[in-house]
Order: sequence, then structure tokens, then C-alpha cells
Amino acid sequence: MNWEMVIGLETHVQLATVSKMFSGSATAFGAPPNQQANEVDLALPGVLPVPNRQAVACAIRFGLAVGANIAPRSWFARKNYFYPDLPKGYQISQFELPIVQGGALEIEVEGVRHSVQLTRAHLEEDAGKSLHEDFHGRSGIDLNRAGTPLLEIVTEPVMRSAAEAVAYARMLHRLVTWIGICDGNMQEGSFRCDANVSVRPQGQTALGTRCEIKNLNSFRFLERAIQFEFARQVELLEGGGRVIQETRLYDPDRDETRSMRSKEDAQDYRYFPDPDLLPLCVDASWIESERAALPELPEALSQRLQHTLGLSAYDAGLLTASRAWAEYYLALLKEGAVDPKLCANWVTGELAAALKREGLEVAVSPVSSSQLAGLLARVQDGTLSGKLAKEVFDILWREGGVADAIIAAQGLSQMSDLAALEGVIDELMVQHPEQVAEFRGGKEKVFGFFVGRAMKATGGRANPAQLNELLRRKLAAV
Amino acid sequence: MASFKTLHDTRLHHSLPRMGGVLSDPLNETSLHQLARLACIQLTEQELAVLPQQFDSILGLIDQLQAVDTHGVEPLAQAFDMPVRLRADEVTAKNQRELFQSLAPEVEKGLYLVPKVIE
Amino acid sequence: MNLDRTSLRELADGLRSREFSSVELTQAYLERAHHQNETLGCFITLDPERSLIQARAADQRLARAEGGPLTGIPVAHKDIFCTAGWLTTCGSRMLSNFVAPYDAHVITRFNEAGGVILGKTNMDEFAMGSSNETSFYGKVRNPWSLDHVPGGSSGGSAAAVAARLAPLATASDTGGSIRQPAALCGVSGIKPTYGRVSRYGMIAYASSLDQGGLMAPSAADLAWGLGIMADYDERDATSVARPEEDFFQDFERPLTGLRIGLPRQYFGSGVDADVAQAMEEALREYERLGAVRVDIDLPHSDLSVPVYYVLAPAEASSNLSRYDGVRYGWRAQQYGDLQEMIGRSRAEGFGAEVKRRILTGAYVLSQGYYDAYYLQAQRVRRLIQQDFLQAFEQCDVIMGPTTPTPAFPFGAKTEDPVQMYLSDIFTIGVNLAGLPAMSIPAGFGAQGLPLGLQLIGPHFGEARLLAVAHRYQQVTDWHRRVPVYAAAGERV
Repeated sequence: MNWEMVIGLETHVQLATVSKMFSGSATAFGAPPNQQANEVDLALPGVLPVPNRQAVACAIRFGLAVGANIAPRSWFARKNYFYPDLPKGYQISQFELPIVQGGALEIEVEGVRHSVQLTRAHLEEDAGKSLHEDFHGRSGIDLNRAGTPLLEIVTEPVMRSAAEAVAYARMLHRLVTWIGICDGNMQEGSFRCDANVSVRPQGQTALGTRCEIKNLNSFRFLERAIQFEFARQVELLEGGGRVIQETRLYDPDRDETRSMRSKEDAQDYRYFPDPDLLPLCVDASWIESERAALPELPEALSQRLQHTLGLSAYDAGLLTASRAWAEYYLALLKEGAVDPKLCANWVTGELAAALKREGLEVAVSPVSSSQLAGLLARVQDGTLSGKLAKEVFDILWREGGVADAIIAAQGLSQMSDLAALEGVIDELMVQHPEQVAEFRGGKEKVFGFFVGRAMKATGGRANPAQLNELLRRKLAAV
Repeated sequence: MASFKTLHDTRLHHSLPRMGGVLSDPLNETSLHQLARLACIQLTEQELAVLPQQFDSILGLIDQLQAVDTHGVEPLAQAFDMPVRLRADEVTAKNQRELFQSLAPEVEKGLYLVPKVIE
Repeated sequence: MNLDRTSLRELADGLRSREFSSVELTQAYLERAHHQNETLGCFITLDPERSLIQARAADQRLARAEGGPLTGIPVAHKDIFCTAGWLTTCGSRMLSNFVAPYDAHVITRFNEAGGVILGKTNMDEFAMGSSNETSFYGKVRNPWSLDHVPGGSSGGSAAAVAARLAPLATASDTGGSIRQPAALCGVSGIKPTYGRVSRYGMIAYASSLDQGGLMAPSAADLAWGLGIMADYDERDATSVARPEEDFFQDFERPLTGLRIGLPRQYFGSGVDADVAQAMEEALREYERLGAVRVDIDLPHSDLSVPVYYVLAPAEASSNLSRYDGVRYGWRAQQYGDLQEMIGRSRAEGFGAEVKRRILTGAYVLSQGYYDAYYLQAQRVRRLIQQDFLQAFEQCDVIMGPTTPTPAFPFGAKTEDPVQMYLSDIFTIGVNLAGLPAMSIPAGFGAQGLPLGLQLIGPHFGEARLLAVAHRYQQVTDWHRRVPVYAAAGERV
């Protein structure tokens, strides 16, 4: 039998705020345990939550970016369960009426475009952390993360392969970092996926029983976990068994998923509207101001780069891989009237390679966009050959500075002295009469020989265009 | 948009048998156990003996609501219908860990200690 | 100065004119409290040293002619308000070791005004009760009859004010917890409009109904205290921003033409004859003052108790989930795994009534019951609020008995929780509708126990409500009566 897998993703995106969802504690990563947990986060008796405006703004921005409805009125609800890293004994989330409803994200897998429909995105607070080592058989609770604002983004069960799920997760990651609502740091848990996976015979419309794989914090784990889970469920069904709805955990060391919570432990969360909070109201003017503040979205920018600036789809894709790449490129264009294609070639070529070599992000590139612009201006006006430009780039990378100053100091500019170049060519022709004869006899190939020798003789400083022209003139003259 | 009820049905599991009230049979000891588990309270034998009767009395009281026609009436969660106030995204808290942890039954290296949490 | 018959205004004048110091006044009250607490059980915590530090600071402010109307005046605080450095138990074993690390907004307001914290008053555990019999710290006795309950949950505050152990006491009211004990102890009490007083630091019972308020001998004293207590607080998302208000503003306004709404449902067969008689006399008094009677209807008022006993336990079951023995509060000594640690800590830390309400709340919120109980209760809550709003189109103030009977003996209603719940039948509707209301002394029953008249106003109508109560107290002296037991009449 042919099996089809059905995947829906729930992604927890940590919102880029400096303070928590409902308290004035800091959200910075890596503080000593419990130093960023105030009386509200610790759920001391009598404390009350007040929602963070910036977190709501992030949710609105996300909703606009995916074409969703922004609910003018939504509710915070309490999700009740006991866990030592959940200080209140309930999580404040949104249940019946989330702030973001619907929307879609476009993905492309092997050249085929799909639209991944979103169910909803809702605001909620994160829990703390339990640490299990070094406490003589006990667990230690750190509540620094408790109350950190999250946006949980839920898709419809519309993905049909691990590749689609990963493509969606990558697109979502690009989008939330692009619009500045999340730092995207997956190691620190700022972007975590839960995958709902089920299988069904090809052609069947009813969904199979699903399992939820929790806390996948890398794209590779997401892919592996889904693949494993698909194989596990198929094997189970083909062996005459049945899939039990449960929560599973992916173990990257063993590359398998295992049961985390059995059905008997399934919780009745007793959701109800949080009586400490009134409805969350978002008026049209707030939505419009967030819309105005939204940057050009990656897909729109990619289209513009291709259709207005004439870049290839490939280059446009690279330059919109992240907001930082796009910003670098756009800044470069703003610096002066430099050819967009030349700029694209340099950013996706030399700059990208250098960054990759040293493991650096483009946002902290040692060569700034204005430095690179200064260099490319000299390429465009013919002062520098490609080879020389790379030398200048290396100096900029290592030592900083300004391209023009480096060119002047190192004497790197191309020979602009026509007479000197003529002298070099004349000498070459004297030294190589046979090759001159061959060329004149119609052997065009020999032209390259002279270019190479001339370049060598000038230390690469000859302007290729000038050299070509002069060579042709002199070789042709009988 | 799915209704509240649908979300309950799709996202949660049935863990409590129907019990008590006009909605079904009186509250029995088994269902009381399950309720106690939800509320995380260990009940004593004595409590288990007296609670069902007290519950019948309480359910008898609140079951009066079933007779009220509330068709078309919006639930009222709060006395006033006004939007929630939002706060500016600012860090206003300072580190008071020592003070707060002076209240804790068991701490070590700045962490609250509990019996081993099994994931 | 006779502490039995002294108003806050007189105390403030005495402090300002240096007739006595705050230290002297505080010591006098502390001495009374100390002597009578063993019998009455009003206070869970008295900490004279802390109180006197504040009194000395107040004296310094007064000496510099600084401070406000409350500077130097001792105030008793219900043990539901977190008070930095003070044991704050909420009447529960669960918090029997909890020294609050921060001040509730209400405490901050009184501290900033220069008030002296006299002590923390006893209460039903987590404010769940109508007789103060559920406190982990033992019963509070009614100063008018030691065999009788003082009412609850603010029984300690009511008895302390009745016995004149404190000139002013804070309290809280979720279903009648200020008005009912005020009525049973013969003092004046006000539950302000929901959102008028910050709930920040007031330990939550049922968040959508809880409201802090005050008890004192007279309406004038309450107006004095409410001016300090009522304040917009950014930390309470349900706090309502209002322009500052003078709660004495209507005190001189005659009651001519005042329309008093009398709900048919509050004068029915369940009301004790003495209570009915006292109400009739109070209304005649108001008529003599120029008010007129208007019959009104609150058709859903009988449903207020069932609605309350769905919504309040639901909210409470969630609000009390934080008590798990992990970060503070009671932790069981004997336990195996994590589940057992939490389960036993809660089993040992909570008393029977609190457990009943937590379990009831978990029940009405659980799957399959949510719509039938919780949502249905919220719908009926709206009907109850609408009843009141419609009634206020016909009248300016609603009046009726605060309680159907005077104080009952200890143990009378402990067997059947529902009998206890029904003693709040006239007070609960106000909380569901979010309205301000008062109870003021309006006579005595055959056994010499006090009776309370309830006054209910429209939203944010506290100033008028206080004035209407004040005019009555100008022509009656019920509020000046002091239980013989307590009338020792010490002088400062």
C-alpha cells in the first residue's frame, strides 16, 4: 500500500521584546538562574499580569505579513496544569479567540510552489526550565524563561513531506526574523517546532491518528523526526497495529522518537478566559501603523530585484535569504550609481565566500556596504580589474580603510598611461615575431597569448579593455 | 474560526467520566479521585467519605442554572466591557532573587529544588 | 480621648493639634488589641515594634506639619493584603510561613499616607467563608455575643472595628465578605465598584469579583479611608482610571427626592422578622429625610448564589494552583515523587472549604461541563447585571437587608455548605454586577445582635452612597453603639 503523510506544524516563536509578556522582568538570554524572575513570574500571592504592548505589536505585524485577519477583540485564556516550571499552575495563552486568524505562507519545494494555510497564531507565555543534573537526584527549577512572550503559529495539516515541512519552517524563520519579531536563534530556543504527523493510505480523505513530536529546535531534527515518525507509523499500521494519539520526543542521539506522555496522562486543561485580563482590543489605526512600519517583505523584494533590477531568480533568492543580506545589498545600491548586477555578483560571490570562510554573519561583515561601494565604484569606472579589486577587497577585509586610499597607497590602479602600455606591447612583439606572424596569418588564438604576457609584464595592472584595443590595433598594423 | 467547543473536542482528551449534577449520575468516589487528581490534592479517606454528599448538595444548588433560558445572552466575564490596558515594553524589575528565595522550602545554586522531574 | 467614640476626623485633629502623638495612639490601640485578641481572635499578627516604627515616623511628619489626613492613624489590614515584612497568611496554613516580600498597592497607599499598620486581621481561609470559621488561625468571635459568628470572610476586620480595637480596617469582598460581617458586627462597611481599588497584592480568590474595601464605625470614616484606598494602578489590568474624587462631596446634599429602590426579592419570606422590622424603620427614617420609595424588580436575584458558586470556585481553582510547595508556602514533610509532594502539600496546606471550592471549580471547568456550568453561569451573570442596570433607571439607590438573619451561632451552618452559601443571598448579586455597596448598622434583633442595612449604588456611585449613609447616621446612633463587652472606655 502507498502511504501518504500529513503534517501540521505548531511553531513557538519567541518575540523580540526586552521585557516579559506580563511582567517587567528582562528576557535576556543567559542570566544566572532566577535572577530574571520577579514576583509576577514567580506567581507570588496577589500578583497580576499586564500584557506587553510590543508583544501584541509583534503579533499584529506577523498577521499582516501572512495576510491573516487581525482580531479586533481577542481573549487571554488560562490553560490549567501542574508542573514545577509553571509557577501559576496555569499558562496564560489564547484559546477560543486568538489575535491572528488564518493567513498563508508560500513555499517552494523542488521547483513547485505550495501555499501553506495557517490556522491561527496566538500570544502566550513561556514556561521555566527544569534542570536535572547535579542536584543529587532532584531537579532544579529556573524561572528566568517563565513569562517570556511567545507567538504560537499553527498550520493546517497541509504538508505532505518532511521536505515541505522543512521548507515551511525555513520560510517562517526567514519571515519572523525579517519582520523583526524574533531573533531566530534556534540554539537558544527562540524558534521551536512541534510537528503533528499522521499517515493514511494514498487517496483516503480522512486523517489518520496523529502524534505530536515536541520541541524540534533545528531544521535537521525536524526533518529526521518526521521521517522517523512516518516510517514508525507505517510499520505499525502495516503490522496490523494502530497509532495511538500521544506526545512524542525526538532523540537526536538515537535518531528516533519516543513516547513522552501516554494517553492516560492526557490533560483536561480547563481553559477559561483569564479573569485578571480584559479583552485584548486592536483598533484599525494600530493595525495601519504596524502595516506602515512593516519592511518590504522578502517575496515582494525578490520580485522587485528580478523585474526592476534584472537580477536572476537565483541571485534574488540569495539576496533575500535574510533581512540582513537584503539590507546589505540595498544599502550598497543606495551608496551610489553602481550597477545592480555588479553589486549582486560581489555580494553573493566575494563577500558571501569571505563571510562563510570566517563563519560571520553579514550583519557584522568586516567590509561594510559603504566600503564595498567605494571599491565597486572603482571597478565600474575601470580603475580596477577584477583581480585587483579582489586584492583591494582582501585589504579592506583585513585592515579596513577606504578603497581609493588603498589603491593610491599600493599603486594598485590599472595602468592608465597609454604610452607605457604601448611600450610593453611593442617589446612583446619584438620578442615574439613568430606569434605575431601566426596572428596575422589568421590564428586568432594567439591573441590570448599576448594578453597573458602583457598582463604578466604589467603586474596585472593593465586595463583589460585598453590592452585589448591597443593589442588589436598594433597586431593588425602591418 | 472553530468554536470553543470544537477546540475542546479536537485538542483535548476526554479524561473525566460524566458525573454529578443533572447532567448525569451523582458524584461517586472514583470520579472524585479523578477530580482530585486534576486539582492536585490528595484526599483522605475521611474526605472521600463526606465529599460526595456535600457535592450533591452543591451540584443541586448550581444545577438551578440549567432551568434558565439564556438563549441569545452573551456570557459576561467581567463587570465592565473595556479593553485591557497594555504596558510599555520596559524592564522595570530588578534582581531580588535572595529575597524571594528566602521564602522557598529548598534552593541550591539559585534554583528551586523539587523531586526529580520526569519528562 | 475615648477610643470607643472617636471618629477618624477627631483622631486626625488630635494628632495635628498634638493632643496626643501617633505613638501614644498606636500604643493605646495595640494595648486594647493585645488584651482582647485572645478572646476575640481578631488579629493573626500583631507586631508592636513594626507598628511603632511607623508611628514614630508619622510623628516626625506631623511635627514638620507634613502628611495627610491619615498620617499617624492606626489601620488594621485584612491578612489578604501582602504587607512587606509582615506574615501574610490569608488565613491559611498554606501561607503560615509566608512573610510577604512586597506591599499590596492598598498597603502602599496607606503607608504613603502615613497610616500605621496596627496588625493583620483574621479571615476565612483564602476569603472563602461567611462565618470566619474556616481560618487556620481559629475562629473570630462576635463582640456582641461570643457564641456567635462575626460573619466572613472579613470577620477579623469587622470584629476589630466593632470592639473598637481599630478605628479603620481594610477588608475585601467577593460575595459579601465586607458587608455581611459588617452587618453581623454592627459596623459600617463599603465594597467599592469593581476596578476602583487595586487588586495588586490582594491575594486572589475570584479575580472577576474580588474588590478591596473598608470597615469603620461610620460612613464618614469610610469616606476618609476610601480617599486614600481608591486609586488607579497600572499593575492591575482591571483597575479603572478615574479622576480623583472627593468622597465627601455629597455629604451636605439633602436627600429630598432621593428614590430608594426596594427589590421585591429582598423582602420575601426568607427574611427574619427582626430584620424586616429594622428595614421598615430605616426606610421610614429615610422618608423623614425626604426620600421616596420605589418598588423595583431584580427578577434573577435568586440565581445569584448558584451563579456565584460556579464562577467563584472556577476562578479560585485556577488562582490557587500556584500553591504547590515549590517556591514558597507550605511543603509537606513526607513525600515520594513530585506529584506526591504537590498533592500532599496542597492536601495539608488547604482546609476543607478551600478544597471543596477548588474541586467544585475544577469540576465546572472540566471538559463536557464547561458550557453547561461555566458559560451558562456567565450568561446568567449578565442577566443579573442587566436587572441592576434597569433598576437604576428607576431609582438612585437600592436598599434592603444585608443578610436575611442576624449572626448565627458557631457550628450552625458548617455541616451543610449550601446553607452557609445562602447566607450571602443579598450580597452576591452586587459583586456579579460590579456595583458599589455598603452595609450600615440599622438596629438590633431580639437577642441584641446587630442588623445591617444594605445600600447599593450605580457603578462609581460611592460618593452618593456614602452621603446617603451619612445622612442616616446623622439622625440615628446605631453606628455609635459599642458592645458592652468592649466598652472599657480607656482614654488616651
